[in-house]
Parts: sequence; structure tokens; C-alpha cells
Amino acid sequence: MSIEKQTIENLATLARLAVDDQRVEEISQRLSSVLELVDQLQAADTSGLSGLDHPLNETQRLREDIVNKPNMREAFQAIAPDTEADLYLVPKVID
Amino acid sequence: MHNFTITELIDGLKKKVFSSTEITQHFLARIKNLDSEFNSVITLTEDQALAAAKSADQLLAKGEAPDLCGVPILHKDIFCTDGVRTSCGSKMLNNFVPPYDATVIENFKNSGSVMLGKTNMDEFAMGSSNETSFYGAVKNPWAIDSVPGGSSGGSAAAIAARLAPGATATDTGGSIRQPAALCGITGLKPTYGRVSRWGMIAFASSLDQGGPMARTAEDCALLLNCMASYDDKDSTCIDRPVPNYSASLNNSLEGLRIGIPKEYFSEGLNAGTEQAVRDSLAEYEKLGAELVEISLPNTGLSVPAYYVIAPAEASANLSRFDGVRYGHRCEEPKDLEDLYRRTRAEGFGDEVQRRILIGTYCLSAGYYDAYYGKAQQVRQLIRQDFVRAFEKVDLIMGPTCPSPAFKFGAKGNDPVAMYLEDIYTISTNLAGLPGMSLPCGMVDHKPVGLQIIGNYFDEARMLNAAHQFQQVTDWHLQAPAGIES
Repeated sequence: MSIEKQTIENLATLARLAVDDQRVEEISQRLSSVLELVDQLQAADTSGLSGLDHPLNETQRLREDIVNKPNMREAFQAIAPDTEADLYLVPKVID
Repeated sequence: MHNFTITELIDGLKKKVFSSTEITQHFLARIKNLDSEFNSVITLTEDQALAAAKSADQLLAKGEAPDLCGVPILHKDIFCTDGVRTSCGSKMLNNFVPPYDATVIENFKNSGSVMLGKTNMDEFAMGSSNETSFYGAVKNPWAIDSVPGGSSGGSAAAIAARLAPGATATDTGGSIRQPAALCGITGLKPTYGRVSRWGMIAFASSLDQGGPMARTAEDCALLLNCMASYDDKDSTCIDRPVPNYSASLNNSLEGLRIGIPKEYFSEGLNAGTEQAVRDSLAEYEKLGAELVEISLPNTGLSVPAYYVIAPAEASANLSRFDGVRYGHRCEEPKDLEDLYRRTRAEGFGDEVQRRILIGTYCLSAGYYDAYYGKAQQVRQLIRQDFVRAFEKVDLIMGPTCPSPAFKFGAKGNDPVAMYLEDIYTISTNLAGLPGMSLPCGMVDHKPVGLQIIGNYFDEARMLNAAHQFQQVTDWHLQAPAGIES
């Protein structure tokens, strides 16, 4: 099962990963060999089985909806590349 | 001094044979003098270590020492350490200094231990050879031209080279057990949910578990006592009392039923490895255990299932690395798209990018059911194999790896060849069961690991079985050539 160049480009867009043209061929080959591996799953008889979402079949634990952590904005933003007025700065999104 | 186990160090500290400052200085010097050969440590925390050792010595003098007081430990560079760079083996986090401690790190601080530094690892824990780290490959102290295993290759190599008596590590598909096997040490992956993942950089959230590495099972029990805790900050952490893993190490193995999966002894298993494992199983019979042949028929599906589930979960977990709040950011981004795409292309290595793309593919519209949905169903099949087996046996044993440490580059350009290294370890993660590896022999002067898989939350029994084996064999006492022991 081989992956086409267009598929790689679509995946790169979904994953927000720049993939330059020279690498597409190599990536396509490697991804195809992994997909060949995972295609072995199709032969398994899984009729009637639900997916194992949690290895111990636990359900998501909930807690009271109250604030129980201190605000650590200063500590967290101290390591950010670019901030201003308590906000994270990114290049302009809207023209 | 570096040949003392953690157990012996604690004894020596209590009896004032040496101080924490002395042992810490000893290990720091060893790392500085010897680690250029192995490349096992990314960040050495010398000042903090000496400060912690000094505090530990004060507590020891007052007779108020917590359990691991004064013991030097290395931590895999995947655990967030407040104020100390945590890179996860990646350029993406080369400049990341966390503003908080992982729960595991907090537990170790509370126990009075001394952090020596952060160990090298495959990038974002994706690998079985420690060849993908941004900081360069780790060398196996047993054979410098060979891999130490991965992703916890740094922790394993450091212990084998006696650069530290113990270390933390993580295991998603075998990343504690496989490097433990290839480096001739003991390592344990607990039951899913036993150890808090808060502050442990996520790779695959339904598979990751942190665990201890040391030279002996007795030491791993001490480390696991510290690492295991209920933590409400990790909602997948199971609320269940932590037994004292050291208390049952000397239980008799009389009547212990050990399952030997026939699928773990088929083609692809190195003959020398098989012999070492079978010889070890004979030792267990002498200790009173009964060997029972079992079948885990869906073993062959475990690698394909893992290579859908793990990359899929990784693609979601790694989407947080976007150059906005921390970590690498590309220079002069033109717009937000460019910021994301170039930051991620520059920050992530090739294997990580491939896994993100595979994961994205398996989760994308039109493919989700056929890949991710199917793999999760297959995961049920794998789990059911184990549940059935544990009705007849108490523990399962077999080889940890198909062969001893391979040479750098040996798995070449075929990612699947590398993935098959994990064939015996991966099912354990898929089922959420605990697994460990201990040294059980040598092939061509390279260590072989025996894997023990336990039932859910049965780490105490596994450590007991491993400890009893280590009382009648000396594989765990061997040191690589050139490392004095």
C-alpha cells in the first residue's frame, strides 16, 4: 500500500509540519513500509469487540469544578519566546 | 564506591561509613571523567547535587533521614525538573526549562535523594536504540560500537558504566526493559496508572509509564516505593495503595507457576539468547517454580497495533509543540502557518516527524476506523490473551529482546526492522501490564535479559521472583570490560 505525494502533502498540512519536496519521496517510501506492517491488522477477527480505550478499562475520573491551583502565569510566560501584556505573541493571523 | 548498590549505599550512609557529599562527588567525578565515551548524560546538575547532598547529610546526622536520603540518582530527560533544562532528547526542547517538577521528581526530592543530572534518550522517547537523540547516540558500555537500546539508553548505559547507582526511565513499547536487557541491568515498567505521568512529557498517553532502573531487583523495589503514588493531577493514575515492594523480596518461590509463551520462542529469536533464557528458567525450577507452556496467540499483531496506536497518540501529544509558549521557535515567521510548520520541521528529528505523519494518517477522516479503531479492537484481543493466561499462571517469562545489542546503523533505512526489536515487550504496554527485565546471561560478551510479565499491580511478586534469581546467579554483578567492579 503506497502513499502518494499528494497524501503526504495533505498530512503535512494537517500536522502543521513543513515537508520540503526533496524529502517527500523518502518519507513516502518509509511511510509505505510502515503501512504495509500495519495492514496486517486487517486479517484479525475483531467482530463484536469494542476498542480498548483504557488498558485497565477505567473510566475518566472527574473532580469538583473548583479552582485548586495557583495562577502561575508569570512563571509559565517567563520561558515563552514572545509575550506582551500577559499574552503570547504570534505573527499576525488576520490581514 | 560506585560498585555499591543503592541498598548498600543507604546502609553505608546510615552507618556513617561515608557521607552523601562524598558519594555524590564520586559519581559527579565519574560522569565528568568517563561519560564522554558513552554520552549518557545530557545535563549534569553539579551545584544542585552538592547542595542536595549537603542537606541530606544534615538529615542523616539528625537521624531524620527519609528512605532514599543522600542517594544519587539520574533522571531520564523526559521528567520535568523545575529550573533544570528538560530536553526530551530533542532540539524542540533544547532551550526548555520547566517551571515545575514532575510528580516523580517531587517524590524523589521528598525522599531525600540527590539528582546528579538528566539522561540522554531517543527523541521524544521514540526509538529502540538511542540513535535518534538530538544530543547524539549513546554508546553501550559493553560494546562501544553497539547500541544501548532505547529509548532510555542514557539511564541504562549510565548504570552499566557505574556512573550512578540508579535512574528513572520510561517505557511505552519497551523503553525500560529493552535497554535494561542490552545493558545488563534491571529495569521495571509498572502497571499502567501505578506511577504518575504528571510532568512526564507525553508520547503515547495510553501506553507511557515511568519506572526504575538499577543493577538489582532489590534496588528497583526501593526506587519503585518512591516513584509509585496516587496523584490526582494525573487522571489516569489509579487510586490504589502502594505496597512496600521491599517487604516481600524474600518470599519463597515454591509453587510459583511461570507461563512460557510459545510465541516468544519462535523464529527470529537468537539461539544464544534462547539458551540463556532457558537456562534461567531451569534456575527457577530449582527455586521451586513450575513452568507451564502457554500461548499468547495474538502476539504477532502487537507490533502492527502499536505502530498505529503509539504514533496516533504521539501526533496528538506533540501538537502542543508549536513555537508559541515554550521551546524552539523558527526565525522570522511570515505568518502563523509558517510559524507552526517551520518550527516543527526544524525542531523535530526525522523519526519523530515520520511518526507524527503516520499517526495523523491513521486518525484522519476515512482511515480512523480502519486503522485506529481496528488497532484498539486488536488491543482487546491482546489483553484477553493475557487475562486468559493469568488464570493458569502467576508470572509470564521469556526473552526481553530477540538478540543482544546490535551495532549502530544495523537497522539501516528500514524503520520496520527497528520496530521488530520490541516484539516481546510491546504487548505488555498494549495490555497495561507490568513488565521487567533482569540480566540472565551473555552472548558474545553482550548481556541478555530475561523478561518477567506480571498481572495487574503484581509488581511485588515480580520483584520477589527477580530478587530470588539474583540470590542464586551473578549475571547482575557483571561489569563491562574496563569498568572496575
